[in-house]
Amino acid sequence: MLKQIEGSQAVAQAVALCRPEVICAYPISPQTHIVEGLGEMVKSGALARCEFINVESEFAAMSVAIGAAAAGARAYTATASQGLLYMAEAVFNASGLGLPIVMTVANRAIGAPINIWNDHTDAMSQRDCGWIQLFAENNQEALDLHIQAFRLGEELSLPVMVCMDGFILTHAYERVDLPTQEQVDAWLPPFEPRQVLDPAEPVSIGAMVGPEAFMEVRYLAHAKQMRALELIPGWADEFRRAFGRDSGGLLHSYRTEDADTIVVALGSVLGTIKDTIDEMRRDGVKIGVLGITCFRPWPLAAVRAALAHATRVVVIEKSLAVGLGGIVTSNVRTSYGGSADAVHAVIAGLGGRSITRASLARVFAAALAGTLEPLSFLDLDGALVERALAREREQRRSGPIAEGMLRDLGVVAARI
Amino acid sequence: MSFQPVKFYQTGTFTVGNRLLAAEERSVQANMRRTNSINSGHRACQGCGEALGARYAIDAAMEATGKRLIAANATGCLEVFSTPYPETSWQVPWIHSLFGNTAAVATGIAAAMRVKGRSDIRVVAQGGDGGTTDIGFGCLSGMFERNDDVLYLCYDNGAYMNTGVQRSSATPAAARTATTMAVGEPPGNVFGQGKDLPAIAMAHGIPYVATATVAELRDLEAKVRRAMEFRGARYLHIFVPCPLGWGHAAHDTIRIARLAKETGVFPVFEAERGEVVSVSKIRRQLPVEEYLRPQKRFAHLFGKAPRADLIARIQEIADRNIRRYGLVDG
Repeated sequence: MLKQIEGSQAVAQAVALCRPEVICAYPISPQTHIVEGLGEMVKSGALARCEFINVESEFAAMSVAIGAAAAGARAYTATASQGLLYMAEAVFNASGLGLPIVMTVANRAIGAPINIWNDHTDAMSQRDCGWIQLFAENNQEALDLHIQAFRLGEELSLPVMVCMDGFILTHAYERVDLPTQEQVDAWLPPFEPRQVLDPAEPVSIGAMVGPEAFMEVRYLAHAKQMRALELIPGWADEFRRAFGRDSGGLLHSYRTEDADTIVVALGSVLGTIKDTIDEMRRDGVKIGVLGITCFRPWPLAAVRAALAHATRVVVIEKSLAVGLGGIVTSNVRTSYGGSADAVHAVIAGLGGRSITRASLARVFAAALAGTLEPLSFLDLDGALVERALAREREQRRSGPIAEGMLRDLGVVAARI
Repeated sequence: MSFQPVKFYQTGTFTVGNRLLAAEERSVQANMRRTNSINSGHRACQGCGEALGARYAIDAAMEATGKRLIAANATGCLEVFSTPYPETSWQVPWIHSLFGNTAAVATGIAAAMRVKGRSDIRVVAQGGDGGTTDIGFGCLSGMFERNDDVLYLCYDNGAYMNTGVQRSSATPAAARTATTMAVGEPPGNVFGQGKDLPAIAMAHGIPYVATATVAELRDLEAKVRRAMEFRGARYLHIFVPCPLGWGHAAHDTIRIARLAKETGVFPVFEAERGEVVSVSKIRRQLPVEEYLRPQKRFAHLFGKAPRADLIARIQEIADRNIRRYGLVDG
């Protein structure tokens, strides 16, 4: 059924169609509308056989989900930013225990300075936590990825993080095709856990493991993620047959067939990049874009194949490995057969800074001209940074950096 | 004066013999139906109060629920000594997740049981005092406040024993730990309120809060059974001496626990919906020295320069407990 709804509502509806049994909710922007939507469905009875629990922190949210999943219930929660960090210990624990919890991460920056707007720092901080991480390009894909996530996670006994750009997707009203309950029921079988807390067959879950077996346990976690790489493409095909559209999979390539420059990105910025590329194509530039849907496990072979003919790669990424550069770029370099110098990291859109077609076109032109640095920051206000550095050189007590910059800027509203 | 059920004591030992009790009040210890939910072969220290307390509490819970029980366990001694992979002592479905989230994990299990129509299966959460009063406090308070159907068992030995006897917010005044050394002024732990978890639990207005010691196992079992008669959040705070951390002889665990109660250091009572409904009276009140002296963690109070002043302050704490809970008929 076609609907014009908010991204968060689309996700809430999709999760409800997956018949979750335990939902834990703790508010944090920009995720909040999702659990609000689900809470109303549970309280009104529209979503039956489901417990909606208002917890006291994100740490508790993930912990309640752990208990519920270990007891055989399909568990869901959503978070963002500081909330994801606050639950980080439990996030690792959920994957270590092999519990197929599904969690939406409405991607948002991490403070300090506190910032509620979109970038990918939150999800990237947890990239090695053992969860599968899927990134949605638009609200339709966000909706579809949740339906796929429950099945994928439960098949592999692994938790799945569905990442969608905060505000840009969560708060955007778009047309989405909402599947029917019958379609979802046919796609998603009931949760059959590998092990479960059951008085009829008592098991101990979460025992202490010493050096004699810890390596092997961790290896098996890696092997499960590698298995996901094998399963995901086939399931994307199956999803297309069942629901009639392309969603999920490992990657999406756009106009890369004959491209010698390939842009790599994750999430909603792919739309802007495609528009920019269309314009450059009209001018005869051989440029295309590779969208990464599945970031963990990292689809090494698929990315390598997709980049095989590219002579230069530009990674547009919404997170910064402070002291290194690009996180996605580092991953891309492992998958690129050519020189590492041909892979450029462009840090963009941190803390909600707009990524415009004009700026992207400028960066891509620089890449084509061979003048793009290995690491650059899109639309960085160099003068502002220089003033802050000068202030630090001049006086020891130069004060808080963020506040000093805001003072330099004066009225900032016009700049956003 | 509050009503107190008659308890039978054997002369001298203060313990209760099963043969003196009515059949329904007898310990499951002497019962063929005892489940031995924490089986033998675990790696607790000799004289471990926590192992003893957990064994009686979980067996009593198993009996009360007809073996329909799931346990969530905080990180700590109990978790480590009972499940060195791939061995386990647990005969109940058991999960260990983290140090600070046990109450929340139990909430999740209870929610799963409810949604699956299996509310006949009951849930206990358990941890030491560090996992309860410090790092797990947020999740515990949340579980209380929502009145989730979980019985939380705190085994209080007054410090982080698993990591090598560091101070917790349940460490008593003047006690020496690895992080409250017996030097400076005052030597040992600070004098303060600490976190009075039973009182904090009561302030949440939950259906049932009780305290117990491993010196009176019958009383402990009865409180677990009583707790299982309620739905909603319940809290049982069990006083469990630790020979290693407290520096007393392994064979003195029961005696030390009894002295804690008989001196007023640890008040034993029950409360329902925030109101105290019964207290275990002190039979023969003793000065706190009797409790402190056998423990090396208080040795600095009795050395070459005895600290009568600090002992007097500890006596004041015990006297306050006695007044507050009416532990001595007077």
